[in-house]
Amino acid sequence: MDKTEAFLDVSIWREQNGDGHFETYQVPRRANQTILDVVAWVQQQADPTLSYRFACRVGMCGSCAMMVNGAPRWTCRTHVLKVAEGASLEIAPLRNLPVIKDLVVDMDPFFDKWVAADAVFAPSQTRDDPMAPITPDDTMRIAADDAIECINCAVCYAACDVVAANPDYLGPAALNRSWSLVNDSRDAGQAERLQAVSAVGGCHNCHSQQGCAKFCPNELNPTLSISGLKRATAKSLLRWGR
Amino acid sequence: MLTLRLYFAQRLTALIMAPLTLGHLAVMIYAVQGGLSVAEILARTQGSVAWFLFYGGFVVAVAVHAAIGLRVVVSEWLGVRGIALSVFSLVVLATLLLLGGRAVWAVTFAGGGL
Repeated sequence: MDKTEAFLDVSIWREQNGDGHFETYQVPRRANQTILDVVAWVQQQADPTLSYRFACRVGMCGSCAMMVNGAPRWTCRTHVLKVAEGASLEIAPLRNLPVIKDLVVDMDPFFDKWVAADAVFAPSQTRDDPMAPITPDDTMRIAADDAIECINCAVCYAACDVVAANPDYLGPAALNRSWSLVNDSRDAGQAERLQAVSAVGGCHNCHSQQGCAKFCPNELNPTLSISGLKRATAKSLLRWGR
Repeated sequence: MLTLRLYFAQRLTALIMAPLTLGHLAVMIYAVQGGLSVAEILARTQGSVAWFLFYGGFVVAVAVHAAIGLRVVVSEWLGVRGIALSVFSLVVLATLLLLGGRAVWAVTFAGGGL
């Protein structure tokens, strides 16, 4: 971006009741400005009816993801300088999810798939049992470490072309969470989980294109987790003998 | 669309096809380098259980592998789902088995040349 430009030309997707279009706003440039700063300026100074979602503003909560110049980004930690093309920005709601209004998408399909992927901890012990000892150098613990820092922002889900082509596909985030639980030695629901990720929209639909890994703001690699699930389910198929 | 069993069948057939493809290439180079005529090639393949199993196995692996692969393409690009998708996959499987099987049979056990 040309640093001498005093204003940014910002196109923002406006949508209500299924009827959507881009609207353009002139937003003053600021030092160290983030995409979320730009959206907040428009809502506070230009059009208070603009709807968008955010919470922590420090890259922890996973609320503020949007499409910025066609790519999914966590907007609170994305600097305008790094993604603007010239002085122009195009900000749209996350891909692959239904729009509620403007930049706010319905996250239900995303989280429903976490449940469908059985990405929920199944305890094997009660609160009366002693703490399960898991050492940091445990192989399973190390495999879980690679997958565990997900903030549920749905950037990977928006980046995934398989999700776009196949609405049944569980998506990178849900499968990544399942993989972290497959590596949890305290979990008692492994057989059910492997069956859940082997169903029609399961891990085997992944083309290993790695759009998820390219855009994950926490630099996780869900494709790697999904390939782990493919290996684990293939081994279990040999065990089940079906 | 792709379940564990379909995924497994596609990977398994890929494993089978890899050495068979290399074998097929070697045979082609041998036949061309040696200047074998059609009659000489048929003389080697007619009545041969080994060649029948080699190319028969190849045809089965290709038919299964391609039917599953095209199933994914048709589903993702054309939005075909459900029974229509299964029918499409089975038609591709049957067509490839028929075409390939007919060719293998012709050069091994059909007799009387082509």
